[in-house]
Amino acid sequence: MYAENLAWPKDLLDLKGLSADHLTAILDVAESFREVSERDIKKVPTLRGKLVVLFFHENSTRTRLSFEVAAKRLSADTISLASSGSSMSKGETLLDTAKNIEAMAPDALVIRHSASGAPSFLGQRLKCPVLSAGDGAHAHPTQALLDLMTIRRVKGRVAGLKVAILGDIAHSRVARSNMIGLKTLGAKVAVAGPPSMLVGSLAEEYGAEVFRRPEPAIEGADVIIVLRIQLERQSGQLFPGAREYSRVYGLTPQRLALASPEAIVLHPGPVNQGVEMTPEVYQGPQSLILEQVTNGVAVRMALLRILVDNPENHKNVA
Amino acid sequence: MNNCLIKGGRVIDPARQLDAVADIWVEGGRIKAVEPNLELLDSPPPISAQGLWILPGLIDMHVHLREPGHEYKEDLQSGLTAAVAGGFTTVLAMPNTSPPLDEAGLIAGLAHQAQQIRGARLSLAAAMTRGRQGQELCEYQDLKAAGAQAVTDDGSWVADSRVMRRVLDYAAVCGLLPLSHAQDPWLARGDISEGRVSTRLGLPGIPAQCEEIAVFRDIALAELTGQPLHICHLSTRQATRLVRAARAKGLPVTAETAPHYLFLTDEDVGDYNTAAKMNPPLGSDLDQAALREALLDGTISVIASDHAPHSTLEKELEFGDAAFGIIGLETSLPLMLELARIIDLPIARLVELMSKNPAKLLNLPGGSLAPGGPADITIVDPNLEFTYEAQQGFSKSHNTPFDGRKFQGRAVITIVGGEIRYRYPRLSQN
Repeated sequence: MYAENLAWPKDLLDLKGLSADHLTAILDVAESFREVSERDIKKVPTLRGKLVVLFFHENSTRTRLSFEVAAKRLSADTISLASSGSSMSKGETLLDTAKNIEAMAPDALVIRHSASGAPSFLGQRLKCPVLSAGDGAHAHPTQALLDLMTIRRVKGRVAGLKVAILGDIAHSRVARSNMIGLKTLGAKVAVAGPPSMLVGSLAEEYGAEVFRRPEPAIEGADVIIVLRIQLERQSGQLFPGAREYSRVYGLTPQRLALASPEAIVLHPGPVNQGVEMTPEVYQGPQSLILEQVTNGVAVRMALLRILVDNPENHKNVA
Repeated sequence: MNNCLIKGGRVIDPARQLDAVADIWVEGGRIKAVEPNLELLDSPPPISAQGLWILPGLIDMHVHLREPGHEYKEDLQSGLTAAVAGGFTTVLAMPNTSPPLDEAGLIAGLAHQAQQIRGARLSLAAAMTRGRQGQELCEYQDLKAAGAQAVTDDGSWVADSRVMRRVLDYAAVCGLLPLSHAQDPWLARGDISEGRVSTRLGLPGIPAQCEEIAVFRDIALAELTGQPLHICHLSTRQATRLVRAARAKGLPVTAETAPHYLFLTDEDVGDYNTAAKMNPPLGSDLDQAALREALLDGTISVIASDHAPHSTLEKELEFGDAAFGIIGLETSLPLMLELARIIDLPIARLVELMSKNPAKLLNLPGGSLAPGGPADITIVDPNLEFTYEAQQGFSKSHNTPFDGRKFQGRAVITIVGGEIRYRYPRLSQN
């Protein structure tokens, strides 16, 4: 199915609501853009004259750079707005910011925000497409798509694979979006983490198998997605400490051996080496973490192209 | 003035086991007689109430009027007029104002101010502890003398059980009803109920046990002291069971719930709709069913709106930053009339929940249409269809998930002390 033959929503807030055809179409477009990144002149005129606003209300290096590179390779102009901390503490609300952004007549807004739901808040109030670059513990759709792309490139498919997601599922937007995307494309998902990092209803809501120990999730897995442990956030509340965590839940070569021999290891980065995975695994042949970064640019190019060129939006303007 | 004759309505007064067509003669602000076919010489033109229900004035014992401190959200004037527009003749205002109502002077000042307002009567709940800090008791006798009817730290639980024990003992001596906002403050650190919706939206969840734990402790202290205790805004199945068991044991425990818990669930948060963010949070289908059952079997004694006005400054925000609470004075009765039809709740029982029982708990003179009592009367048209639009309402704030809802049935005349203060669709000018 070509992207042109599908109806697209105005915004990309989540993978929920996108069909397998939609996800496949995004990945297909991304494949075609990956080739652009391998050219001598890494630029196509697709979005020339368009303005993409990158609004990062939470620290992010990788995702912001990736979106910026993606927009530039499509010849769009980009501007960055960065802020951190609660908007209220600065006296400017998200609504004020939204109105200010609107006044710049952007063609797309990319938002990263610490509050779950902030992209949806903006999507309801802005005419241009809003692309989530991650919100709170809610969703990180482009991360999930680049994971899907990486998996599909190596395995040739997503359907029927067993994918294990390890770590702080409860607070992870990466886990949520991945569970949705993986299930939509027909993978089997097993998640594992300490009980304080799991949350109720994962099975009902996402169709995931839930384990409190990593081993049964890893067993026979074709793909292992390891989540970043937010050391700064824990302070002894969710687990006793980094050492304890790495002993019980860290991905070691021994634990990795439980997976399928061709299993691949993914991580949204940056990795706490020695905590959620050992340096041997991180640097080992099964780790595709840098490949994910390359695919991230291609996926974001695909989404900008699809949503900025969305005929539905032209209808809205007219 | 303050004389009138209401003719031909169906008078529903469960305090006197009365449900019959009768006329009501009001003189000097009090009810003079309730009898069929009253004929008076030189009476003013009677109010025709054929096809209407005549109820003892409704009482909402849980409202936030925001004065003093947050008058941009609501004040006595707007809150008390919204109350009569919703059919309430008396409201009990909560003390979580700024400063909190923990001194007699504040209570007396508000009570005095309210007398100038042609809206509902104002009853006041004073703070349970100084500064609502949960540590030192306020001077209850002083507060009572200044006009308070109840004490509460609503918005917070008195987590120190030793302090709460003393609150129950001492409030009873002073004739003040203690109202408990029963939530474990540590488990309460979340945005919505813990469940599928909180998982889906990536919002921190508040487990039902947050309320259950606090209600259990409060009931235990009511048993220890043998003194009355009223649980505010009951919202979960678990806590409902505890209240039922306590009442079956004969403990002096009562509870209220709010109409929104009977109509909405956490699914109504939808796509981060802050109009559905409230505390306690909206629960599950099971919670809703348990609360409905508890209304029918008498476990819940009172319906109160927990009217909590907030401006767009507190609501048009990221979900986690938005304030808890919704307005309810103008939707409470229409929602309850709808619910009564859905669950076959007898109308006399509804009047108990919204008038007789709160009057009794707070020791107020209303709650009945007995001759000699104050002429606080709510006249309801059970068939009138209307669409509620928050922007057209009398409250200063518009934060409600019921905006735009179509209703059947509402208050059409609200009489306070014999004076018509509201006549649908507007406030009365006379």
